[in-house]
This record gives sequence, structure tokens and C-alpha cells, in this order.
Amino acid sequence: MKSKPCAYPYLVWMVIFIAAPLLMVLYFAFTDKAGNFTLANLSGLGQYSAVFVRSILLAAIATVICLVLAYPLSYMLSRLHASKQRIMLMLIMLPMWMNFLLRTYAWMTLLEKNGLINRFFGLFGLGPFQMINTQGAVVLGMVYNYLPYMILPLYTIMVKIDNSVIEAAQDLGAGLIGTVTKVLIPLSMPGITTGITMVFVPSISTFIISRMLGGGSNLLIGDLIELQFLGNSYNYNLGSAMSLVLMVIVLLCMSLTNQLDSEEKEGML
Amino acid sequence: MKKMSVFSKIYLAVFFSFMYIPIAVMIVFSFNESKSRSVFTGFTLDWYKSLFRNEMILSALGISLVLAFGSAIVATVIGTLASIGINSMRKTTRGIIMNISYMPVINPEIITGVSLMLLFVVAKTAMGGKIFGMSTLLIAHITFNLPYVIFNVTPKLKQMDVKMYEAALDLGCNPRQAFFKVVLPEIMPAVVSSFLICLTYSIDDFIISYFASGTVQTLPIAIYSMTRKKVSPEINALSTIMFVVILSVILLINAKDSQSQKKKKTRA
Repeated sequence: MKSKPCAYPYLVWMVIFIAAPLLMVLYFAFTDKAGNFTLANLSGLGQYSAVFVRSILLAAIATVICLVLAYPLSYMLSRLHASKQRIMLMLIMLPMWMNFLLRTYAWMTLLEKNGLINRFFGLFGLGPFQMINTQGAVVLGMVYNYLPYMILPLYTIMVKIDNSVIEAAQDLGAGLIGTVTKVLIPLSMPGITTGITMVFVPSISTFIISRMLGGGSNLLIGDLIELQFLGNSYNYNLGSAMSLVLMVIVLLCMSLTNQLDSEEKEGML
Repeated sequence: MKKMSVFSKIYLAVFFSFMYIPIAVMIVFSFNESKSRSVFTGFTLDWYKSLFRNEMILSALGISLVLAFGSAIVATVIGTLASIGINSMRKTTRGIIMNISYMPVINPEIITGVSLMLLFVVAKTAMGGKIFGMSTLLIAHITFNLPYVIFNVTPKLKQMDVKMYEAALDLGCNPRQAFFKVVLPEIMPAVVSSFLICLTYSIDDFIISYFASGTVQTLPIAIYSMTRKKVSPEINALSTIMFVVILSVILLINAKDSQSQKKKKTRA
């Protein structure tokens, strides 16, 4: 088929609107406002290290919680009757279709000082607890919003694991822990790594969840970047440097999980 | 099939309550008479009425729909053509193009948004005038939709037998006819599903639009400005409507699916 020219409009689009903007981030990160080369933007990031550490930490905690919650759930789902699996999957996907702003707003009203949860505790004479505007609330928001991203890849891989493999392990004397660590986890490794990336990347780069649930005191990288571009700080160069660092963190996370994946494969051979 | 243990039943119940209680609370409080978000004082439909009179929301909805259909149509056409072109390229070129196309997918959305904003800002200083608005939104949405079209259509093209296209040519079609009569029907399911994916991504997108919109408000941006005002039960009403719409769409698709499956079964 002589159809290469069909791709030309896309190639032009790709160069202008995908490649060029990313190069521009690079350019702005290494120049000052007058357009001269400088490393000041990157070296100036040191003062924000607390925010970077907090972002990585909260995103990592949210990812671990998602994995711990989603793993047994996906396994249970994969062992259900096929028609039930369909309904359950639909129920898991349904909240995902609602805009994440609305979902996060729902938690805002629940966690408030005189919100429903505190009122519930009040019935027993407990509280009120300070729940909103804490780091815990930010993590909760991340878990609630991104949990389905962990369930779906895990479920997809677990459906393929045959029941007889698990039974064989049990027949050969493996206990519950042995079956999980020696059989289930190695077999579901690709799902685990995909799930980790799919939760960690949006968690570490979010700026709305932290603002809505974390108040003003729990800024994340995303908030910092947003402040440089649309907020009061207004410094494209510094913002680009932050974006660059965020990109590097994401790439590092991906290569780490990839390595986990390939090591596991080698181990199996 | 073994029966589910008590433990897994409880686990599933807790999980689904966690997922659905926030939504249920919103739905209940959308009918609440007072503005309180924790005490139910009485039933009312006022928030729905005021929502439908809220011009900010209505115009934002209109903009979101125009944007979604516009960007989905353009992205599907350019993306489908691109997949056909890419499919006939050499392996190395194809690899490079696919890797660059992956960038918006793997990059955090905020990076895609910020990078496009930088491009628009530079274009604005170079050309002058007002750029930010519908046109930048359209460009941004087409850009983040395109990779999904390509990743959907390319595998379908690979499955297709090249001989079919050649046979059409041998039997007297010119390349254009062969494309519309043979290739397009073959890849149509993938094209349609990518169009639908583009629609949903576009309607749902907040982060990239936020950086590319200037002062134009799409629906998610309008929702965001509503959440900042704190007390506005209209937002509960809006969530309820969206939830009902989504639920009915999904139920409809599911019903259709199971119907066609039944047909297949009876045929077999």
C-alpha cells in the first residue's frame, strides 16, 4: 500500500503540538526571563525540596494502600462467575466516569468539621476530628480517585491465572502465604507494575486533590507548577524546571517498575 | 465454582460502600431544602431549578459538547489516516513515531497542559493578539486525543489482510474506492470506539483544559469554580444528573451487548 502520505498531517501535528511543547519546557527550564542560559531555575528548586519529598511520600503511600486494597479484591473478582464479574466491573468503573472534581468535592463535604462523618462520631460522643485539610485527607482523595486504576490491570492479569495452578500449589503443601508469595504474586507481577505506575503518576502530579482536601498547607509539586503558570508566582522558567523534575521522577518510577517486571521474568525462567 | 467465603463478601461490601457512599450522600443532599451539607431539613427540587437557570453552567456545557465533538471528529480523522500511513512505514520510523505519540499518554497531564500553554504563550508573543480560547482548547484536546485513536486503530489495521486491499485493486477499484469499500469497513469498529473514547476524554478533561483555556469555561472548569465557592448545593444536583446520565448510558450499552450475545448464542 502506498499510503505513507496519509500520515503527514499527523506528523506535522505531532511535531508542532507534542514534540515542540516538550522541547519548550526544556528551553524555559534552562533559561532566565531574558532568554539567557542559566542553571538558576534548577538549583533554585532546593528550597522546595520539602514539597517534592511530601509529594513523593504521599503518592507512594496512596499507591501502597491502593495495591493492598485492590489485590485481594481483584483476586476475589477473578474467581467469581463470569456474569457476576461483568456486573462488578461495571460497578467499579461507574464512579470513574464521574468527573474527579465532583468525586473529590463529595469527600470535601463528608470530611468537614461539621460534616457527616464527624456528626456520626458525635452520636457516640466522639470528636469532632480534624479530618479535612490534613495529609491523610489528601491520601484518601488519591486512593478514592485512583483505586480503579489499580484494580483493572490486576484483575485483567488475574483472570488469566488458572484455578488449577493455585490448587496445585496447595496440593504440594504450600500454605496461604506460600501460595500468595510464591505463585500468585509472581504470576500477577505485570499487573502489579502497571497498577503501580497508573496510580503513582497521577497521584504525584495532582494539584486539585491536594488543594480541595489538603487546604493551603499541604502543597504538592502540581500545586507549585500551577502557581508558576497561572497563580500569583508567575514564573514560567521556574515552573518549567519543576515540570522537568516531575518528568524525571515519573520516568524513574517507570523504569524501576519495569525492572521489577523483567527481574521477575528472569527469576521464573 | 466454590462459594464465596464470608470474608470476601464482607470485603466486597465494605469496598463498594467506600466507593458509593460519597456519591449517595451527594444525591441525597441534592434534594435538601437548606444549604447545609450534613443536616437534611426537607425535600426540594429548587437546586435543580436553579441549576437549569444557571447560565454559567449551561454555556459551559455547550462549550464542552462543541469541544468534545469537534476534537473527537478531527482527532479520529487525522488519527485514522495516520494509522494507515504509519502501518506502511518501515519499522524504525514507525517505532520513533509511536514513541513520540506515547509522550502525552505517559506524561502526567499537568506536563502536557503546561507544555502546550508554553507553546501558546510563545505563539502569542510572536503573533500578538488574543490566542487563548476555543482555538487553543480545540488544539489541546485534539492533541491528547490523537494518540488514543492511533493506539486503537493501528492494531486493527495490522490484523487486516493486505491481500484484501490488493484484491479490491485487482478487481477494478481505484485506491480511493478500495479504501472506502474494503479498508474502512474492516477497521470501522476501532474507528468508532476511538471516537467514543475521544468524546469521553474530552468531556471529562480538566487539567489540560485548565492550562489551555484562557477565560473560556468548559464544564469541568465551571465545576471547579463552583467547588471553590464552597456552599452551592447546585453542584450536588449537577452530580446527580451526571450520575444518572452515565448510569443509563452504561446500562443501555450493557443491555445491547447482552442482546447481541444472546443472538449469537441462538445462531450458534
